[in-house]
Amino acid sequence: MPTLKSEMGAKPLKSGVQGATVAVVAALFGLLVWKLVSQGNGGVAKTVDTGKIAVAPGWKLPRLDGGGTLSLAALRGKPVVLNFWASWCEPCKIEAPVLEQASQKYAADGVAFIGVDMEDFKSDARSFVKRYDVSYTIVRGSRALWEPYGLTGYPETFFVDGSGKVVGHYAGQIDVKQVDEGVKRALAR
Amino acid sequence: MRRPAAVLALLAAVSLALSAPALAGERHPSQAEMEGEIICPTCHTTLDQSSSPIAERMKAYIRERIAQGATKSRIENELVAQFGQSVLASPPKKGFDLLAWLLPLVGIVAGAAVLGLLVWRWSRGREAVPRAGPAGLAPALDPELERRLDDELSRFDA
Repeated sequence: MPTLKSEMGAKPLKSGVQGATVAVVAALFGLLVWKLVSQGNGGVAKTVDTGKIAVAPGWKLPRLDGGGTLSLAALRGKPVVLNFWASWCEPCKIEAPVLEQASQKYAADGVAFIGVDMEDFKSDARSFVKRYDVSYTIVRGSRALWEPYGLTGYPETFFVDGSGKVVGHYAGQIDVKQVDEGVKRALAR
Repeated sequence: MRRPAAVLALLAAVSLALSAPALAGERHPSQAEMEGEIICPTCHTTLDQSSSPIAERMKAYIRERIAQGATKSRIENELVAQFGQSVLASPPKKGFDLLAWLLPLVGIVAGAAVLGLLVWRWSRGREAVPRAGPAGLAPALDPELERRLDDELSRFDA
C-alpha cells in the first residue's frame, strides 16, 4: 500500500512531467503559428502585381565572373532590371537576346541589367553567358531570394527604380515591349 | 562504481552513432545511393524521384564524379558549394543542424531515465510494509487515537 511519503514524492514529479509536456506542446504550437505568419505573403511579386509598389529586398551575391560580390544597395541611384534565370530553363534561352539588346539600348540612360543565376552549375551558367553573348553582370543567386521576391519559377524579371522600389514585374519569358514598358516606369520615378 | 560505467556506455553509444555516417562519407558511393540522398533544388524531392532538367544535370554530374573516383563526402560538398545546404536530404552534422542528430538520441535517453525513475519509485511504494498490530493481524492504530479510543471505551464501561 503506498505510503503518504511516497505519494508526496510522486506528486512533484508528476506535476513536473505534466508541466514540461504542456510547455513543449505550447512551444511547438507557437512555432507553427510563427511559421504560418512569417511566410506566404507572396513576396514583392504579389505586391507589385496588385498595383502597389514595394521595396526591393536587398541582397549581396557573388559575381559569376569571380570578381567578388555585388549588392543591390551598391546600385542605388540607378534603375535596375533584375532577371532571375537558369541555364536549363528554355524560356530563359529565348529571352536572353532580348535582355542583352535592351541592356545595350538603355546603357546610356544608366540602367543596370543584372542577371541572377539560380539553381545552376557555375560551369553551365558560364556556358550560357558565352553562348548568348551576355555582357551585363551575372550574380549567383540562392534559394533565400525565393520568398522575399515571391518567385514562382524562371525566368522572372523585376524593374527597380533608382530609389530601390520595385515598379514592375513579369513572370515568364519577357519580350521587347515588356522590357521597354518596365524600363520606362523605372526611369520615370 | 556502476555510474561511471553507465556514463561511459552512453558516451560510447553516442560516439558510434555519430561516427558511422562520417566513416561512410569517405567511401565511394553508388549512383543510386547518391540520387537517394541529394535533393532536386526545383522539385524538392530526391533526384531518384525527379526528371526535371536540373535533376538530370545533377545526376549526370554525380555519374561523372563517381567515374572519376570521388568519395561521397567530396561529391556532397561540391553539390553544396553549387546549390547550398538544402541540396542534402539529411541535415549536416555540424553547428545548429547537429541538433537534428542529437535530439532523438537525447530524447530516447531522457525517456528511458524517466521510465526507470518511475519504475523505481513504484517499486519502492510497493515495498513499504504497514506496521503490524497485536498478533500481527492488523495495522496498529496511531497512539493518540488509541488513547482517545481507550478513554471513550472506559467512559462507556463506566
